[in-house]
Amino acid sequence: MSLVEVTDLSVEFGPLRAVDSLSFSLAKGAALALVGESGSGKSTVAGALLGLHRGTGARVTGAVRVAGTDVQAASDEELRRLRGAKAAMVFQDPLSSLDPYYAIGDQIAEVYRVHARVSRRHARARAVEVLDRVGIPDAQRRSRSRPHEFSGGMRQRALIAMALACEPDLLIADEPTTALDVTVQAQILDLLHTLRAETGMGLLLVTHDVGVAAESVDDILVMRHGGAVERGPVGTVLAAPAEAYTRELLDAVPRVDARRTGSPATDEVVLEAMGVRREFGRGKGAVAAVDDVSVTVRRGETLGVVGESGSGKTTLGRMLVGLLEPTAGALRYEGRPHTGVNPAVQMVFQDPVSSLNPRRSVGESIADPLRACGERDEERIRGRVRELLERVGLEPAHHDRYPHEFSGGQRQRIGIARALAAEPRVIVCDEPVSALDVTTQAQVVALLGELQRELGLALVFIAHDLAVVRQVSDHVAVMRRGRVVECGPADEVYDSPRESYTRRLLAAVPALDPELAAQRRAARREPAVA
Amino acid sequence: MSEALVTVEAAGTESSVPAASGARQFWRRLRAQRAALVAAAVVALLVLIALGAPLLTALEGQDPTTYHPSLIDSARGGVPVGSLGGMSADHWLGVEPQTGRDLFARLVYGARVSLGVALAATVAQVILGTVMGVAAGLGNRWVDLVLSRITDIFVAMPLMIMALALLAVVPGDFPRPVLVALVIALVSGWSTTAKMVRAQTLTLKNLDYVAASRLSGWSTWRTAVRELLPGLAAPVITYAALLVPTNISAEAALSFLGVGVKPPTPSWGQMLTSADVWYQAAPQYLLLPAGALFVTVFALTVLGDGVRVALDPRAASRLRVGTGSKREARAEQAAPQAGTRARRQGGAKTEAGKEDRA
Amino acid sequence: MNGLTGFVLRRVIGAVVTLFALSVIIYVVFYVTPGNVAQITCGPRCSPAQVHQVAQQLHLDDPLYVRYGHFLQGLFAGQDFSTGTSVEHCAAPCLGQSYQTDQQVTDIILAKLPVSFSLVLGAMVIWLLLGVGTGVLSAWRRGRFSERVLTAITLAGVATPVFVIGLVLMIVVCGELQLLPFPQYVNFTDDPEQWAWNLLLPWLSLALVESANFARLTRASMLETLAEDHIRTFRAYGVSERAVIARHALRGATASVIALNAVTFGSAVGGAVLTETLFGLPGVGQELVHAVKVVDLPVVVGMVLVIGFFVVLANAVADVLYAVADRRVVLA
Repeated sequence: MSLVEVTDLSVEFGPLRAVDSLSFSLAKGAALALVGESGSGKSTVAGALLGLHRGTGARVTGAVRVAGTDVQAASDEELRRLRGAKAAMVFQDPLSSLDPYYAIGDQIAEVYRVHARVSRRHARARAVEVLDRVGIPDAQRRSRSRPHEFSGGMRQRALIAMALACEPDLLIADEPTTALDVTVQAQILDLLHTLRAETGMGLLLVTHDVGVAAESVDDILVMRHGGAVERGPVGTVLAAPAEAYTRELLDAVPRVDARRTGSPATDEVVLEAMGVRREFGRGKGAVAAVDDVSVTVRRGETLGVVGESGSGKTTLGRMLVGLLEPTAGALRYEGRPHTGVNPAVQMVFQDPVSSLNPRRSVGESIADPLRACGERDEERIRGRVRELLERVGLEPAHHDRYPHEFSGGQRQRIGIARALAAEPRVIVCDEPVSALDVTTQAQVVALLGELQRELGLALVFIAHDLAVVRQVSDHVAVMRRGRVVECGPADEVYDSPRESYTRRLLAAVPALDPELAAQRRAARREPAVA
Repeated sequence: MSEALVTVEAAGTESSVPAASGARQFWRRLRAQRAALVAAAVVALLVLIALGAPLLTALEGQDPTTYHPSLIDSARGGVPVGSLGGMSADHWLGVEPQTGRDLFARLVYGARVSLGVALAATVAQVILGTVMGVAAGLGNRWVDLVLSRITDIFVAMPLMIMALALLAVVPGDFPRPVLVALVIALVSGWSTTAKMVRAQTLTLKNLDYVAASRLSGWSTWRTAVRELLPGLAAPVITYAALLVPTNISAEAALSFLGVGVKPPTPSWGQMLTSADVWYQAAPQYLLLPAGALFVTVFALTVLGDGVRVALDPRAASRLRVGTGSKREARAEQAAPQAGTRARRQGGAKTEAGKEDRA
Repeated sequence: MNGLTGFVLRRVIGAVVTLFALSVIIYVVFYVTPGNVAQITCGPRCSPAQVHQVAQQLHLDDPLYVRYGHFLQGLFAGQDFSTGTSVEHCAAPCLGQSYQTDQQVTDIILAKLPVSFSLVLGAMVIWLLLGVGTGVLSAWRRGRFSERVLTAITLAGVATPVFVIGLVLMIVVCGELQLLPFPQYVNFTDDPEQWAWNLLLPWLSLALVESANFARLTRASMLETLAEDHIRTFRAYGVSERAVIARHALRGATASVIALNAVTFGSAVGGAVLTETLFGLPGVGQELVHAVKVVDLPVVVGMVLVIGFFVVLANAVADVLYAVADRRVVLA
């Protein structure tokens, strides 16, 4: 009998059909990834396996059997016995998924005591045991810490420890590494792999990232609009996708090892940062977010800035456009000192929701730079806004619509149009695609490339995703703890990195090929053993 | 009130970037709440009564200040003559013990004082609070420090005590209702409003669209007016709606203590001062002002809650607690157009999709 | 723990600064009013000679900061007062002297504080039990009919001024049903049983109003916590709904409740003016109303300062308790 047996599952929230007649099964000890873009219903499926939609007003039809329990027919009591004991779930955001008020060991012990009739003391000991198992150093002592005293990766380990506590047959991991930096992501994926090998539990991995799936599972199920598009062994599906959508999806995934067919480099420096430093806080508490960073941006080329969270890349970006003043060092635009904002240096922001004023029509937002520089002729403003909308691939007639009427990708296009309205020479893009699905991401990246070629723009492309940065950049600066650790032509940095940090970063990027992923995992483990 | 609590309180009023929530959407959401509608009707009726007080009393043929010694039994300590506290065709709700003044007239004129003082105080609180809050939020470190300290002091002061003390020192010839409104406004309400506005300003200030406006070349001042102030409207209105009933209670309390509106101006709180002595002989002398006060404050509170829900849909949806995927569905319902369009485009990120990865 | 110590220290310094500013504001508001300050301070029935004496006592001829200095000196070091014939020493903390009753303000307040504390301490027990209980219940029954009833009752509680509740309670319980005598304050040390019986109604009416606030706060913060992701974790691990509410949702609300309690307590010590006046309890609040009515300025100023002290103290305690209950505050 298989561990999970889903037959003809549909989940409806009101008029919305989030999951549409989906069937799949998972054998004991096997690993399956549900891969899909946002809105594909993959997380809803994960919730349905534990009956989490019960009592929320969702309409669930079809049959779900998990570890011998008929989830649909089970009583509340039976459902509780399933949750955590036979099938345990690991969530995306490890900080918000733990109670901030209790020690981590106590939280694990609480869950353990729900399913095992043991003393408090025994449960606490069990908590320490599983924390130790997931690689928390000094587990006895750290089990008394509360979640905010742990780092992101440690918290995710703690959540996995909680899942292990009752030795479940099935682990459901819902985007377990999405909130983590790439090096930490690699560690967590390795941990999941090791645990699975040791305990023989089944794994259902929900992810938007094909690379993460390739690293972790045997079988893959590509979802779209609540239904299955394609399924099969992960190697087969990724190497030779049968369906058009799968191909589209895979084509959109940026490859960290693909060389950029670059634009001809020029030597004309437009924007330059010289030894800039930025501190936050004062006196003893002052922290330098950016420390002695020098970069140059040349006309018509893209400078990629890549780094993990806290590396200071966003602060650097804000200084480049003049939104933040450097504490020390200087900026130069076309050879002249550059302080404060300058229409010729614009920015595209990360969050497509907060970068547009929800109370103003998109046409108004785009017209802002025009009006700010003194244009009064309404006809001309309107004409120019329509032109810009068309240029970024939107319907010019949507001029009077409000931001909430657009999707994330469209909003990002509007942000680009607004930046273009000022006729800039440089656009700093701060994680412009990290909130977007891969297919949309590819479209926006393509648009930026087109605009760059057409207008001779210089771009600064700030991102945490090494593959995206490689895809767009001519030069790359790798940042860590406020400093640039390595800087140079993109191909050099990616193909023959000089710094060990860069090498570690690159080694942590999930590979799309399961074979390669296995090799890399082995390689990662070796230094740890040695 | 302590720092921590103000944050807790303000959390409920913080607006969740209501997508183009125009006046129309507000009305639609308000209309959806039956309790708020009933409350709104009651409030409207009260306002009409207050405005039409001279008309109503003329209809009855009485005024609120004339003594009617003939209608009270001075031998029994001033109890109204006749049954039910002197109710008659001339005096619809009876007369006041001891003075014989018409109760109906005093009650409707009392509504004028109550609502008038409360509204005036609210306007003053909102203006003062918004100005202080925006200034603290936008000003530099020192401006913020000084203004926040001042605000904190006023947050800490107990309303009743300060109002009492202030009313003691102000000369008696100052127009009393205006004074009461000013004192209420000065010692309460504005400070919590200022704290909330400051917090909101700080949040809005760091939003990317404000940065984008600055990058467009607009001055800081223009950016503040165009991008910040509209974002403050919803939370400030919400707060104001909840301040009105509090101010009504405050005025009544001050008058009850004998330091608010001075006789002969009628006020509900003042009427209650001696009501406990007369409740057996003239129960309506207690019940009418108490009832009027209760109904007014209750209706305004319910209405204020309704306004909050209408302006901050999140407050309403807090009732329904579910998993991320459910929120996903709700958001999808809220923006069905965007959702379908996005899917046609090949799964562009939608409003709903945020939940998946954000 | 180091972070917490620093936080407490900062908060204490903040409280001291606030108190200082408060004393300046109060001093300026009351002693720099237009009109004859000496006349107002002394009271309406003073003779010109007495007024002159008061003017000297208050150092009215000196510049403002010197006068304020004298005031502070009295507060910390004590001061001498001449009452025409004899000279009386007023030991620190000296809040001044009532020229109408020839009593020292500090003594007047000290005599009234036990009454106010009796009232507020008893009421606190009731408002905590009732308020938090109602809040938990309505968070647990959320979305059902019983929650709507509870919400309506709570709203009504918020909407009812304390003197209306008190009046109605007194008339019904003492007047109509005659279950209790009309309250009359009895010292706890004299007769604890009578003390409690006589305070029962004041306790109830004060607590009923305050408990509505606690119920709303408890419910709101519990619902907020219930909407958080970690609640989903525990549900997904088979923890029962009751345990989720009792252990996790309630824990999320404790910090706010503790803080609100400290603040409410602090402001009620002086702020229960209405309850005290209504039930004729000789507490701080009633004394203040009396002083305001007869324009006994030194008493008013002293009272406001003392009450302000309690409120500022309570706010500081609230913030510290909040930080202890929710350690993340310190880190923020």
